[in-house]
Amino acid sequence: MKKFLIPLVLFVVLVVFLAVGLRRDPHEIPSPLINRAAPDFSLQTLSGNTPFSPQDYKGRVWMLNVWATWCVSCREEHPVLVAFAKQIGVPIVGLSYKEIQPQDDPEKKLTPDAQLSLARSRGSVWLERHGNPYTLSVMDLDGRVGIDYGVYGVPETYIIDKNGVIRYKQIGPVTPQILTETLLPIIRGLENS
Amino acid sequence: MIAELGQYILILALLVALVQCVLPLVGSLTKQHAWQYLARPTAWLQFALVAGAYGCLLTGFLRDDFSIAYVAEHSNHLLPTPYKVAAVWGGHEGSLMLWILMLSVWTSLVAYFSKSLPIGIISRVLSVLGFISVGFILFILFTSNPFLRELPIPAEGRDLNPLLQDPGLVIHPPMLYMGYVGMSVAFAFAIAALITGRLDSAWSRWSRPWTVIAWSFLTLGIGLGSWWAYYELGWGGWWFWDPVENASLMPWLVSTALIHSLMVTEKRGGFKAWTVLLAIAAFSLSLLGTFLVRSGVLTSVHAFAADPTRGIFVLCFLAIVVGSSLTLFAWRAPKVTLGGTMGLLSRETFMLINSVLLSVATAAVLLGTLYPLVIDALNLGKLSVGPPYFNLVFAPLMVPILFLLIPGTVAKWRNANLQDMFMHLRWTALVSVVLGASLPFLMGEWSFGVFLGWTLGLWVGLGTLQHMVERVLKPGRIGGSFWGQHFAHLGLAIVVLGVTGVKSFEVERDVKMAIGDEVTIQPYVFRLNAMGEVKGPNYTASQAQIEVFNSGESTEILKPEKRHYLSSAMPMTEAAISSNLWRDLYVSLGDPLPGDAHQWSMRIYYKPFVPWLWVGVLVMVLGGLLASLDRRYRRASAQSPLQTAGQALSMGADGEEGVMHEREIGGDSLESLSPEAVNSQEQSLEADTTAHELPQSPSLHTDSGVQSAT
Repeated sequence: MKKFLIPLVLFVVLVVFLAVGLRRDPHEIPSPLINRAAPDFSLQTLSGNTPFSPQDYKGRVWMLNVWATWCVSCREEHPVLVAFAKQIGVPIVGLSYKEIQPQDDPEKKLTPDAQLSLARSRGSVWLERHGNPYTLSVMDLDGRVGIDYGVYGVPETYIIDKNGVIRYKQIGPVTPQILTETLLPIIRGLENS
Repeated sequence: MIAELGQYILILALLVALVQCVLPLVGSLTKQHAWQYLARPTAWLQFALVAGAYGCLLTGFLRDDFSIAYVAEHSNHLLPTPYKVAAVWGGHEGSLMLWILMLSVWTSLVAYFSKSLPIGIISRVLSVLGFISVGFILFILFTSNPFLRELPIPAEGRDLNPLLQDPGLVIHPPMLYMGYVGMSVAFAFAIAALITGRLDSAWSRWSRPWTVIAWSFLTLGIGLGSWWAYYELGWGGWWFWDPVENASLMPWLVSTALIHSLMVTEKRGGFKAWTVLLAIAAFSLSLLGTFLVRSGVLTSVHAFAADPTRGIFVLCFLAIVVGSSLTLFAWRAPKVTLGGTMGLLSRETFMLINSVLLSVATAAVLLGTLYPLVIDALNLGKLSVGPPYFNLVFAPLMVPILFLLIPGTVAKWRNANLQDMFMHLRWTALVSVVLGASLPFLMGEWSFGVFLGWTLGLWVGLGTLQHMVERVLKPGRIGGSFWGQHFAHLGLAIVVLGVTGVKSFEVERDVKMAIGDEVTIQPYVFRLNAMGEVKGPNYTASQAQIEVFNSGESTEILKPEKRHYLSSAMPMTEAAISSNLWRDLYVSLGDPLPGDAHQWSMRIYYKPFVPWLWVGVLVMVLGGLLASLDRRYRRASAQSPLQTAGQALSMGADGEEGVMHEREIGGDSLESLSPEAVNSQEQSLEADTTAHELPQSPSLHTDSGVQSAT
């Protein structure tokens, strides 16, 4: 009798693991950058003012949000950021990530300056249409800064504390639920520390 | 309207499925004949309703009705009509509709082809199938309704994922689903048999053709998937050990074991509990595959939308179906008697080893697939298990399976003689080893891996051919199952030879090319002649023209493309492949490279023996079809004299049902009645249509003849 119960027991164990596994997201990969200093950079901004560097926000809690006009999920996320920008209450820096895609410039004819101005005009038009939640937006045309930050998909959102340390990384679109239940408490906590 | 109509019809189908599930089962337990006889009509009605609901969804696609959210998400005005038809199963909701459509097709077929079965059995079988249908229709209605409207109505649909816009993908999912869902029939038979407690050779004979057909579809579905990945993904690979591939491989391995185990149960009355367990496992793994694919619990290149509620639903359904079956198994299986005696060296032994090895292989694949999930669940971190693990574990398990296959087909039932077998096979073995050792030199490179793979492939192929020739030279009609078995084994041999060949001798060059550049893979030279633009119905593409020279002579021009679908930002690779019997030349176009000169990254692959994989799969499928069409599975009315004699013996008990029942008499005594059966000590048993209709299994009819009591 007992040996015929073995399959059932094995199956129950399997179901327990599947049930636990179901509550986790396999895409949620811990970023090695959490609790490390945010990589430094100096990039041109969308508006064309002075270049921005994370050093400029030393002593403040801020958010870095990776976006692009070609990113479909960003259209889903963007209204959330626009609606909650006030409530978030800390500067949101946009990182316009690889705005010019290879198919935009198949002949490789654009000079870096031409690329920058094309990206600026496209980005501004997009933000005008969808609303602008950003204090400022920096242009990461070649994706170098993205590599430093370990960006592997757009959108992604980072929370950086007063000492310039990355405290949280959100992969994929921010939803109102994620914002109110996860991001805002972290931001409030960091602001008060 | 069409969407609402579809939804109503689906709800009706749910109600009919409930009736099909409950009444016949209750009827069979309480001996109410009228209720039992409801099983067939409800099965047909359910098929009509499910097909109707499916038709409504299909109509939505054909009419570009973008007010239906599912249609808007997976179709587009510009999508060619065949792809609109295929787009029905291009997403989660629609593929579940396809699932239940397949299920109702299988159920109706079982209802139709089961006229000879006792009503007590068929009512239980259809009832189990009805239960599965209830579960899946509920799943659709509550978590994955394809008929939901989207307001305001979008002007244009989002289009079908370009990866899926391909002839291979049009037929791959239906075939695979036919296989997955087909396992439910063997499962339903097993459960029905467990409920009655009648695990006998009749049960295994009824299950066999269904299992073999489902297996054939599964084989074809996996083969098509592999073929599609090979030419569409542009990596030149044909198997990636991706969780979703594994999800289809596991039921395949188990159903292969099941087919062999069913044979032992039918012919020798052995392995009954084991066979039932395999039948449960084959379907459970199909369900598990559905769970893994649909819940997003594992990451996979088959990026389906992940939705936890769906995962929870499938998991609960899985727990109920598999949990209750295994409970039933634990309760009933101990009462099952053992089959006839078997010698240490006998065909039964080989079948047992086959079953064990295939099950271990399945367990290894399951472990590798779920390991990341288990590690994550135990909070030990995140990791992924890749091809190195699977190749390392899987290949060594295949070696003994392939080696023992031929002795297994030659060995006699009950007691085989090692010396006879050796004498019988020695030349085949010698030729296989000599060819396996020498052919690699022809390809220019000898390694132990090629030697082993080719020797085993040749061993299986030549041994099978030898057996076929020997049988053809003997008098007597040869049944479909003989041809089926041997074609399937031949197909396997071809696949093994192909896999070994391509793994050992493929040459892959990832290069950058400018116009006029040449790449050489002896004896071929590839020259990039030109780059151009071409326009498709819903895409534009860059197309390279690559001229191929064989030993200096221009043979053909390959035109790989990089397609940009209008509705999607993601570019698609369309590889150009030149095939002949011995090799593929595979060229896939990558991105243009930054720099002054116009250069493109290009994958130029020389893939020997790849066509053998597809041919081998087709031969295996052919084998499956031949075996399932064997006349003896349809002989219910046209009984052989011997069988009638056997039936006469049992008439007393079974007269009421008027169905043939095998009666337990010592297998030996009846066997000796027939001169043919004596010959069948040779393997003509397999092929023969008469001899093994004989009751050979000293099994448990008399103590569990529930049917006869009705």
